[in-house]
Amino acid sequence: MTGAGIEITKDLTIPKLFVKQCKKYGKNKVAMREKEFGIWIPFTWQDYYDNVKYIALGMVSLGLKPGDKVAMIGDNRPEGLWAEMAALCAGGVAVWLFQDCMMDEVKYIIDHSDTKIFVGESQEEVDKALSIKGECPKMKNILWDDPKGMRNYHQDFLMSLKKVKELGRELDQKEPELFEKLVEQGTGDDVCLLFYTSGTTSLPKGVLLSHWNMLTMGHNLMAVDPCYDTDDFVSYLPFAWIGEQMMSISCGLQVGYTLNFPEGPDTAQENIREIGPHVMFAPPRLYEGMTRQVQVKYIDSTWIKRKIYELATKIGYKAADLKFDKKPVPLSQKVLNWFALIIMQKKLKDHLGLSRLRHCYTGGAAMGPDHFRFFHALGVNLKQIYGQTEIAGISIVHRDGDVKFDTVGTPIPETEVKINEEGEILSKSPSVFLGYYKNDEATAETLVDGWLHSGDRGFIDEDGHLVVFDRSKDVMTLNDGRPFSPQYLETRLKFSPFIEEAWAIGDKREFITAVMCIDYAVVGKWADDRKLNYTSYPELSQKPEVYDLVQKQIEEANKDLPVPAKINRFVNLYKVFDADDEELTRTSKLRRAFVTDRYKDIVDALYSDADVVHMDTTITYEDGREQRIKTDLRIQKLNI
Amino acid sequence: MVHGGQIKEGDTILKLEDVHMSFGKVVALAGVNLEVKKGEIHSIIGPNGAGKTVMMNCINGLYKPQKGDIYLKGDRVNDLRPFQRAERGLSRTFQKLELFGGMTVLDNIRLGRHIHLKSGIVSGSIYVGKTKKEEVESRKFIEEEIIDLLEIQSIRDKAAHMLPYGLQKRVELGRALALNPELLLLDEPLAGLNLEEVEDMARFILDINEEKRWRVTCILVEHDMGVVMDISHRVNVLNFGVQITDGTPEEVQRNPEVVKAYLGEDDLYSTRR
Repeated sequence: MTGAGIEITKDLTIPKLFVKQCKKYGKNKVAMREKEFGIWIPFTWQDYYDNVKYIALGMVSLGLKPGDKVAMIGDNRPEGLWAEMAALCAGGVAVWLFQDCMMDEVKYIIDHSDTKIFVGESQEEVDKALSIKGECPKMKNILWDDPKGMRNYHQDFLMSLKKVKELGRELDQKEPELFEKLVEQGTGDDVCLLFYTSGTTSLPKGVLLSHWNMLTMGHNLMAVDPCYDTDDFVSYLPFAWIGEQMMSISCGLQVGYTLNFPEGPDTAQENIREIGPHVMFAPPRLYEGMTRQVQVKYIDSTWIKRKIYELATKIGYKAADLKFDKKPVPLSQKVLNWFALIIMQKKLKDHLGLSRLRHCYTGGAAMGPDHFRFFHALGVNLKQIYGQTEIAGISIVHRDGDVKFDTVGTPIPETEVKINEEGEILSKSPSVFLGYYKNDEATAETLVDGWLHSGDRGFIDEDGHLVVFDRSKDVMTLNDGRPFSPQYLETRLKFSPFIEEAWAIGDKREFITAVMCIDYAVVGKWADDRKLNYTSYPELSQKPEVYDLVQKQIEEANKDLPVPAKINRFVNLYKVFDADDEELTRTSKLRRAFVTDRYKDIVDALYSDADVVHMDTTITYEDGREQRIKTDLRIQKLNI
Repeated sequence: MVHGGQIKEGDTILKLEDVHMSFGKVVALAGVNLEVKKGEIHSIIGPNGAGKTVMMNCINGLYKPQKGDIYLKGDRVNDLRPFQRAERGLSRTFQKLELFGGMTVLDNIRLGRHIHLKSGIVSGSIYVGKTKKEEVESRKFIEEEIIDLLEIQSIRDKAAHMLPYGLQKRVELGRALALNPELLLLDEPLAGLNLEEVEDMARFILDINEEKRWRVTCILVEHDMGVVMDISHRVNVLNFGVQITDGTPEEVQRNPEVVKAYLGEDDLYSTRR
């Protein structure tokens, strides 16, 4: 059964579809699995239904009314999904927070969203909620599901999900029809999600999405790339990211594929390999991580393995280029492809958990062409998704056999995309959001006559593919007056396994410069092999040898660029950009305005004749502690 | 005093009376007394060379004191060998890691469980009935109680010597817990750990001490005064084999002799930023 089989009407809601699917599959099919205590534990659709039903009724007992907000935080686990689905079934609105949100963000979102019930995972999340309870009077109940460390918490408003389910059971005995009645109440135009976008410039904005938005989005994506109810999907990216909602809720529910939850965030990679998913959607960061892992292992392996890898990769790149150019594949190449598959690709794909993959998507941020080609050379059908939270996550996707690595593809059904006079990408579809919560001004700016203004600059190429240039406000002007995308340069730099983050500077300047963040593990290993002593990231980053290493990577990225776009000078930063320091958004996009302000001294020094810049700053640890850092950073110039 | 078998919370679980231990002419312990109550975290502190580890080894049975008596749950255990004491619910970790480096984390932990496995070679090799049940129970215990508690899911199949030091310490604690002990000797569990690892380890110690499932009595030898003063119920101070005092953390902190033994540091918390 494919997802396209479900007809989406204005009356259909996610809970109605949920109940329908539960009845259809019942006890005969596994809805989700969670790896716990070293074993994959299955939950059938009947288990899914029972859990959601009683949690929903329990929430009603606690006083949840239609339209009330329920906030969730925690790792991906069945309980998190049940709580979300329960909130929706009770007529509530789901709000998800990123697991690593700092206190201020949690407070802002809980307060701004008028959250009534907070669902955390364990002590850590409960502590977060408790510390803001005083400042968020609208928050009435705090729920949790993992009893670890909860032995000394006895407040009345704290409750375990187990207890909530008991409340639900009691209510069900009193009013057996209530759950079905609640589910029947909603219509497609009701709000189902309130999602906070991680703004690159300002405070997060609350995006209101309706059931109709979410369901049409899933429906239209499935129309392009059908999935089957025998498929497996691994849910391990934050539920607070719209892409995960799209796969786990919208598509997952329509198709009925099995969701798999890893044991913990640090076992995810291993668990993916065990499952071997058929479909995957992840931000570029993840694919970049995989590429880096392969590149590093390659450097570490024996001579013969390296030669085999090189040979297979060469064949792979040839095949990928034929595919990109849409040229027919000659028989000789087919034989070589098979050869490459046997000697290397099959094994490598297995290690990365990509063996059974039919489609995999990247989205949420820009991905460099080098990474893209890398995966296609491996024979992985990687495709770009483009969209915003405001359009339920997706408006554009690559089609099979029509993948171009510098574009993001063509619109999904029922979606129109156009470029306005300023070069901004506008889109229109049934999935366009209802508006920002409590922010009419921003809604009016973003949503004009049903067209969603993305704030991205781009164009449509001769094949009808959308090319996303960059965020409009980030586009730089080179010294010869041409526009230039810093993101493009940065993604190219990040193809090097030694570079974790990069920041290209040079809007209306004489030349381009860059601030580089080395990858501690990879460069650390490289330094160990060369017997270079270092004790910390700041020290390692400032080694002359490391500067030369980074310079080599920059020269590689500079190679095919016009002279004004080449990086002239760079500096190695003493730390990696981090979302906790507000330098990145929670989805790992660089917040340019913020870093420009924060590292003003570095930028100034890069455009002066100075060789060294003195830094004196504080960094914030995850638990909120701060440390002051005083250091000198060297500026290295390249010969262009 | 209660003898053998089950003892209640608050009863004496371990008692040392006038224990003397010397190596040649070096006196390591000169008449030490200690009384540990069930359910407590009892810390032993003292400068380097004070005799803390010697005391641990005496309790554990690695050393045999020349004079004095050691009672475990009311029974005199001076003549029992270490494994016999382990059978009575005594477990320990080591200051210097004593893991089996080439074995996986899981195998190391399983080893701690060995004492509870009753099946022999024959039934073990055919793996039926009781043996199977025992194995399943043991697996359940290790996975659900230990690996989950210590959050080491991601390393269960890694060889122990490949792991960073902080994790190896955690595995050692896991192995000690696999014995399902009543009394746990922790010999410097925080030494060499970074701040984050110290916080984690302190939390694990509190968990196994307070969680209903465990309620393990702990004897903690440690130099990190911040943690010792925060989590201990009682503190025993040794200096060159002589016991200076034994009392609550507050009493100990006020004791002028303790302050002097620690080289005149005014603030015991200053050992860690």
